[in-house]
Amino acid sequence: MSPLLQGLVTILIGVGGCVGYFYGANLMLDRVIFPARGRDPGANISRANAVRPWLFMAPAMAALGLYLVYPVVGSFWRSLFNRDGGSFIGLGNYTDLAADPAFRTALFNNLLWVLVVPAASTFLGLIAAQLTDRIRWGNIAKSMIFMPMAISFVGASLIWKFVYANEADIGLINAIRAGLGFQDPIDVIQIPFWNNFFLMAILIWIQTGFAMVILSAALRGIPDETIEAAILDGANPFQIFFRVMVPQITGTIVVVWTTITILVLKVFDIVYTMTGGNFGTQILPSYMMSYMFKDDGRATAVAFVIMLIVLPVMVWNIVQARKEMR
Amino acid sequence: MKSHAGAKSGLSWAVHLTVAALVVLWLVPTVGLLVSSFRDRDQISASGWWEAPLPVEQTYRVRTDPDAAVERHGRVVLSGNVFDSEDSAGSGTVTGFGVTGRAPAEFAPGATADLRGGGRLTVAADGRFSAEADAPFGRRGPTIYFEAETPPKVTLDNYRMVLGADGMDRAFINTLTVTVPATVIPILIAAFAAYALAWMEFPGRGLLIAAVVGLLVVPLQLALVPLLRLHQAVGIGQSFMGIWFAHTGFGLPLAVYLLRNYMAGLPRDIIESAKVDGATDFQVFTRIVLPLSFPALASFAIFQFLWTWNDLLVAKVFLPAASETKVMTVKIADDLLGSRGGDWGILAAAAFISMAVPLVVFFALQRYLVRGLLAGSVK
Repeated sequence: MSPLLQGLVTILIGVGGCVGYFYGANLMLDRVIFPARGRDPGANISRANAVRPWLFMAPAMAALGLYLVYPVVGSFWRSLFNRDGGSFIGLGNYTDLAADPAFRTALFNNLLWVLVVPAASTFLGLIAAQLTDRIRWGNIAKSMIFMPMAISFVGASLIWKFVYANEADIGLINAIRAGLGFQDPIDVIQIPFWNNFFLMAILIWIQTGFAMVILSAALRGIPDETIEAAILDGANPFQIFFRVMVPQITGTIVVVWTTITILVLKVFDIVYTMTGGNFGTQILPSYMMSYMFKDDGRATAVAFVIMLIVLPVMVWNIVQARKEMR
Repeated sequence: MKSHAGAKSGLSWAVHLTVAALVVLWLVPTVGLLVSSFRDRDQISASGWWEAPLPVEQTYRVRTDPDAAVERHGRVVLSGNVFDSEDSAGSGTVTGFGVTGRAPAEFAPGATADLRGGGRLTVAADGRFSAEADAPFGRRGPTIYFEAETPPKVTLDNYRMVLGADGMDRAFINTLTVTVPATVIPILIAAFAAYALAWMEFPGRGLLIAAVVGLLVVPLQLALVPLLRLHQAVGIGQSFMGIWFAHTGFGLPLAVYLLRNYMAGLPRDIIESAKVDGATDFQVFTRIVLPLSFPALASFAIFQFLWTWNDLLVAKVFLPAASETKVMTVKIADDLLGSRGGDWGILAAAAFISMAVPLVVFFALQRYLVRGLLAGSVK
C-alpha cells in the first residue's frame, strides 16, 4: 500500500474512530450506564453529567499524558543510565556534560541566542508594527515581513546560504564586499564567534513577522485618548511612541519575548543545516541531536537541561493563566 | 489611529522609506532563491542572481574536429562555429578568443592568432571560426578558448533534475502523507476536550487548563528518546504511523489551548438557552459550538499544517532514515546539502518546491493565521 493511500485510510480510521468514540461513549453513558429512568432518574442524570467531561477529555488527556507528560519523567529516568541503558550511573551523564567543553560552548552559544534573538525580533517587530500601521500600504508590507513564518527553518537556512555564500557571484554579502573593493571573499559562517550572529539573523528574520503581528494588534488596542492627551501636551512622535504607547503594551511585549525565547531553545534546524554544529556554532538542541541514536543517556540529559532552562517560563505562564481565569 | 502623533510630512516620508527598506531587506533573500532556481547552472556560478536579466560572460574551451578539415588552394582549412560544440552554450557573442588556457581572451573577435602547432586561427563575433595551416592538423584539431556573452537563460532544468533524479517528488508525497493526517486528527480530539474545559463544570477544571498551558512549552527534545523506545516496544517503530501519533500528541496543547480560549469567548446566552430547551451537551457541542468555532479550528489547522510540513526534528527521529520515507526537509538537510552542496540551482529548486505549498496556504489563509496567533498569545 502506498504511504499516501495509507495516510488517507488513517484519516478515515482516525476521524471515524474519534467520531465513533465520542458519539458511542456519550450514548452508552446516557442509555446504558446511567439511564434517565429507574428508581431515581434525577440522580442518574447528574451522575452522567459528572462523568461526561472526562469522557470528552479522555482521548486528549491520554495523548497529552503519553506524549508530553510521560516523556518528562521518562527522559529524566533514562538520563540516569549509561549509553546502552544497561547500568545505572546516577548523575554521571550530567557530570560528563559539565566536563565537556563542547557542551559548555553549546550552553554559552544558546545563552547568546536567548539574549539576542528575542530582543532583536521583538524590537524590530515593534518598529515594523508601529510604522506599518501608519501607512496605506501597511498591510502589504506586513504580509511581506510576516511571510518567512510560512517557510521551514531548513528552507530559510538555504535562502540565507545564498546570502552568506563564500563566492562573490552567489553570496550577496561577498558581492557587496567585492563592490566595495575587497579582494578575497570571506566565509561569514566560519568567522569564530561572529558566525553565531549570522545564524541568529536567520531566526530573527523569521520571527520578526510574528512579533510584528501581535504587537500591531496590541498597539491598535491602545485607547486613543491617551495619545490625544499626549499630543495636546506637546509630545513629539518619538516621545508618544516610547513614553506613552510602549508602556501600555508591556504585557504583550513580555508574552512575545517569552514565546520567542522558548522557540530559541527548541530550534536545532538552522544550526544543523548551516554548519552542522561546526565552527563553534553548536547550541543545545543541535548538540543533543549529535548524540541522538548514539548515546541516549547523554541525549536525554541534554534534553533535561533544556527543560530546566524552560521551567521558569513554564511556571510563569501557568501563574499568568491562573491569574487571568480568576 | 492614523491621524495621531501629529503626522508631519517630513516624518511621513521617513516612515514610507523605512518601511520600504524593511520590506526590501525581508524579501531580497527569498527573491534571490526564487531567481536562482530558474537559472542555468553555469550561469549561476558565472554571475550573481541580481544580474540574472543581463547577458553572462563565460569562458569556454572547445575542441575542433580535424576530420572536418578541407583542402583549399593547397592549404588545410578547418571551419565551423564554436557555438555548435556541446561544450559551449548554443548561442551568444564572442568577446575574445585565445589559443591557450592561460589567456583565453587574448585576441579580439576577428583578429588572427598564431596556433602553437603552426597555422592561424580567427574567430568572428558570431562564433564562426576558421583555422588554416600548411600541413594537415594532427589527430586532434586545435583547441579554441574563447569568452562569450550568452543571453540570460531561464530554465526548468533544476526543477526537472531535483524532482527526477534527486527524488524530491517522492519526498513531496511523503511530506504530504505525514502532514494531512497529522493535521486532521488532533483537531477533533482537541475540540471535544476544549469544549469540556470551556463549558462544562467539574472539579479540577482550572488545574487541567493550567496543565495545558504548562505543556505548551515542554521542549520536544524530551519526548524523542522515550517515545521512540515506546514505539519500538509496541511494534510501531519508525514509521508513518509513529510520526502521525507523535505530531498529534505534540500538536494537542496548542489545539486545546486555542480552541478553549475561543470557545470560552462564545456568548453564554446561546449555549444556556439551548440547554434550557433541552439540548444535551453533545448536541450543544456538535450543533452550536463546533460550527461557531470554525475560525479557531481553521487557525489551528493552518498552524499544525505549517508546523508538520516544515518540521525536521520529528521526521528525523520518528521516520526511518531510508530514502523512500524521507520528507522534504530531511531530504534537503541530509541528502542534497551533502551530495549537491555546491550545486546552487538544484538547492534553490529543492528549497522552493518545499516552500511552495506553505506559501500558498499562508497567503490564501493569512487572516486565520493572524487570528490564531492573537488568540494564542494576547489573551
